Amino acid sequence: MIFFWAFVVGGLICVIGQLMMDGLKLTPAHVTSILVVVGALLDGLGLYEPLIDFAGAGATVPITSFGNALVHGAMAEAEQHGLVGIITGIFEITSAGISAAIVFSFLAALVFRPKG
Amino acid sequence: MSSKKKKKLTPVQQEYQDFAKKREPQRPILQNCVRSFLAGGTICLIGQLISTFYMRFFDFNEKTAGDPTVATLIFLAVLLTGLGVYDHIAQWAGAGTIIPVTGFANAMASSAIEHRSEGFVLGVGGNMFKLAGSVVVFGVFAAFVVALVKMLILKGLGGV
Repeated sequence: MIFFWAFVVGGLICVIGQLMMDGLKLTPAHVTSILVVVGALLDGLGLYEPLIDFAGAGATVPITSFGNALVHGAMAEAEQHGLVGIITGIFEITSAGISAAIVFSFLAALVFRPKG
Repeated sequence: MSSKKKKKLTPVQQEYQDFAKKREPQRPILQNCVRSFLAGGTICLIGQLISTFYMRFFDFNEKTAGDPTVATLIFLAVLLTGLGVYDHIAQWAGAGTIIPVTGFANAMASSAIEHRSEGFVLGVGGNMFKLAGSVVVFGVFAAFVVALVKMLILKGLGGV
């Protein structure tokens, strides 16, 4: 069942992004930036975690989960170290995604040539 | 076109702008939405399959399986970008390939590959975050504000 909800929820988040691109004529960069901020706000209100429990990868794969993970890491450190923890903990969880993207992209730049 | 820009145009130019606007092809919003739903849903489904795979065959639980899943998806997206396949899929799927984390990886990999000719330090290193940087900047700033507000509220309530 989690597979079905992952498909539906993930698809719906993408439809929201598509509507923002077509309806409001925003660029992809604007849409992804807005969705990240929305994800951070939703986690601040405590609404994103239930969505992950419900939809699994349908909620963790879209870019909104990036904002959610940033807030999560910051809050976890903040509970232990106070204000400084927000700064030190912000990349705690998202480190996997960002590091992987940097490493693989660099390797790709070594191997591949630009295509027309 | 914004109205501010429009004021500077001569009447003939304005006429042309209106003329061009009428002939602009309408965006097929419904078709785009269906496509992005299918593509986005499929990518999330693949993510769910990968995470289930990691949970079953390696020692991951529901929380820790997220990191390797995202890393695997990013690897696949970068590979497809390098082979020139991802852009073809993105052309068809629109936001369905931009919103998932694979779109973030695609933005980084394509700028890294594209600017390779300018050298590795100034080209690849300097331009890798050209498109994806805005996501990181706004994400981190928003997360900082949210975490700060949340902490102050929790502390305030705890103190009283």
